[in-house]
Amino acid sequence: MKKNINRRRFLKGSLAAAAAASLPLGLVEVSWGKQDHRNFTFAYISDSHLTHIRGSEFVRNFDKGLKKAVMECNFMSIKPDFVVFGGDLAQLGKREEIDHGLEIMSRLRYPVKWVVGEHDFYLDMGEYWEKKVSPLYYSFDHKGVHFVVLNSILTYDEWINKWASPEERMQNMARLDNPNGSPFMVKKEQIEWLKKDLSRISKKTPVVVMSHSPLYKIFKPWNFWTEDAEEVQAILAPFEKVNVLHGHVHQILYNQIGNISFQAMMSTAWPWPYPVSYKQKPNEVPKLTVFMNRADPFKERDATGWSILNLEDGRVTNHLKLWENKDRILRYDEAKGHLVDTEYQEPSKRIPPQEHY
Amino acid sequence: MKNLILFITILALGCTCAAVADEFTKEDLKKWQAEYMAAVKEGEKLFHSSSLGKNKVSCDMCHPNGSNTHPETYPKFQKQIGKVVGLRDMINWCIQNPLEGDILKADDPRMIALEAYITHERRGTPLAPGKH
Ligand code: HEC
Ligand SMILES: [Fe+2]
Ligand SMILES: [Fe+2]
Repeated sequence: MKKNINRRRFLKGSLAAAAAASLPLGLVEVSWGKQDHRNFTFAYISDSHLTHIRGSEFVRNFDKGLKKAVMECNFMSIKPDFVVFGGDLAQLGKREEIDHGLEIMSRLRYPVKWVVGEHDFYLDMGEYWEKKVSPLYYSFDHKGVHFVVLNSILTYDEWINKWASPEERMQNMARLDNPNGSPFMVKKEQIEWLKKDLSRISKKTPVVVMSHSPLYKIFKPWNFWTEDAEEVQAILAPFEKVNVLHGHVHQILYNQIGNISFQAMMSTAWPWPYPVSYKQKPNEVPKLTVFMNRADPFKERDATGWSILNLEDGRVTNHLKLWENKDRILRYDEAKGHLVDTEYQEPSKRIPPQEHY
Repeated sequence: MKNLILFITILALGCTCAAVADEFTKEDLKKWQAEYMAAVKEGEKLFHSSSLGKNKVSCDMCHPNGSNTHPETYPKFQKQIGKVVGLRDMINWCIQNPLEGDILKADDPRMIALEAYITHERRGTPLAPGKH
């Protein structure tokens, strides 16, 4: 039933697109009415953490996660316009890991937009990534929506320079619960660039910002955190429809701050606990989030997955493909003014595995 | 009368025992705490190293600060094993599977150290045996 509706909607969309293509240019805008942006679909794969063991050996479990996501993406019934990779392709930033990731990702039949994660970056400060994969930050327009990719995992220079070797620096950034860690930042150069980039577009243009770390503050001890998030939020605040999509947290997580909707993408490798389950330190996990199910350790793909995203009227609807669990759908609710889970948002609808402690 | 004598004897015995065994000092307490913390530190090191496995994976990658190990819920029924198991059984499960390593014996000092670290990170949480 659901499939049928999707298919019908898809057919309708493609007919309209075909009709629009055959119209003289002046008429196209009219046929789209007041909206100058159109609905479309893209996919999001994130945090594959491919881990090199030795020679040509990689951790089998994590390889399997990325390969499964790539395969499912290729079999999507509605073709995505592009696929985003949300960062942490590698585990320790090694060339072997990035090359291995590029090889698996090259099997995708769609163009890929890349976001850099700290695990890709701190061995050589992004050098290999920039050379082989993608620029670290950039923007592009797609069907009337403005996309911005930020490198949000920068940090203080003193921290970057204090290690004896690049490997030691990478190891220390890779350890999530490291008491000697350092908070993520966007930093001045990119903030200035972002201001300039957004000054060119109308406040009515839907904006999708893609970063690796969440552009708000949740839990500093695990770097679920961006130190200068408020500065970025202030730049985004005047826009009517802002979607921030991020990786890094390996869990279902969503929040609303003003008119900015934030949502996290799943990892294909492993899930992370919610900071509420670490009892020794306070956290600011958003109350809005209905937690994912607690993982079954006997199913190695449980609580991992990827996402199909539909842009509908400038808002991102997120279809989380959860593999060992029922899929979840997050959609912007106009009346409530924030994202909701279409099934579990009401407290009375929640199920026992969604309780984390 | 007989009962009274018995009572006094028990009291006296109790007193001698206490005098012999229970007069530990503040220094003793400090020493014992230090021994315990050494086990916690050793556990923290193991938990953050790939030495327990064979594929470079470590526990902290999935359990930052030991979270989601829920030591206070053991022993509990583990549906996948079909019986009530201890914390160490789940530690061994994760050593064998995500880390592709060999299981530790129950009295292996590394197992004790892992239990010490996991439980220490959870200190203050009330016991909830059997909880899911
Ligand atoms: C690849 C990820 C991964 C790694 C690495 C890993 N685990 Fe786990 N482990 C899990 C998941 C997922 C669960 C289920 C979590 C839950 O119950 O919420 C789990 C469960 C557990 C549990 C039982 C938790 C409970 O709620 O009853 C213990 C204890 C545990 N792990 C210890 C360890 C130890 C010790 C290591 C290192 C030797 C380790 N794990 C490594 C993923 C991992
Ligand atoms: Fe990650
Ligand atoms: Fe990350």
